[in-house]
Amino acid sequence: MSVYQIVFLITAVVTLGAAVMVVSARSLVHSALWLILALFGVAVTFALLSAPFFTVVQVVIYIGAISILMIFAIMLTRRVMQDTGPGVNQGWWMALLLSFLLFGGLAWMLSTWEGFGTALPALPEGVDQVKALGVALVSPNAYVLPFEVASVLLLAALIGSIVVAWEKK
Amino acid sequence: MVTLSYYLIFAAALFCIGMYGVLARKNAVAILMGIELMLNAVIVNVLAFWRFRTPDQIAGQAFAVMVYAVAAAEVAVGLALFISIYRRRNTVAADEIDLLKW
Repeated sequence: MSVYQIVFLITAVVTLGAAVMVVSARSLVHSALWLILALFGVAVTFALLSAPFFTVVQVVIYIGAISILMIFAIMLTRRVMQDTGPGVNQGWWMALLLSFLLFGGLAWMLSTWEGFGTALPALPEGVDQVKALGVALVSPNAYVLPFEVASVLLLAALIGSIVVAWEKK
Repeated sequence: MVTLSYYLIFAAALFCIGMYGVLARKNAVAILMGIELMLNAVIVNVLAFWRFRTPDQIAGQAFAVMVYAVAAAEVAVGLALFISIYRRRNTVAADEIDLLKW
């Protein structure tokens, strides 16, 4: 086994274990903390995929902003969090069954695809990936329109969330 | 040798765990956490396909940036909704928010 393989397997086990804890922990704060570990594992996966920009974005946006926002939301709705009783609804076993079925189906479907065992190709020489991505996102010949649409979507979502959460006197 | 299959299976497992959280958890914030796990699995998939199939094109990375923007918008609106619901109905348990159910 190569070092790459060992690092990948450790990352995958830690991430999936943390993800299982996210969906099974009784306390929501524990869930949120496990979520941070799972997101860190995904960040390491991005580093293994030689996408350093996305590693940084994952840490800054997901761990730095989204999980903290989650913890804020948990704190703001704290009384409910301490409710006794199960954290899952009555049909949880159906959800579990469906998840296993979906995983089995996905694994089977992917294993029949001929590109499933693609080996890791070399990155193109002499290309700065971060620079190329930055240029592509603002170049009229590439992705400037989707980029601007995503910006407008984000702005609309921010204004919308302010309006929704506004406390009317 | 790590092949594309490792990443695809990993992402599929992460997606299914997230889906279990969305379907089974009662608390709305916990459901949102499940959605975050699912979106992360999607981003892993997108970047894995970019790295293994088309490393000389930038489309995969650009697509991943869009997924990030949509995920951020989704979590902002979702948490604002939950805080608003909590203020009015004093609960964020998904089975107690049944105003539209009859």
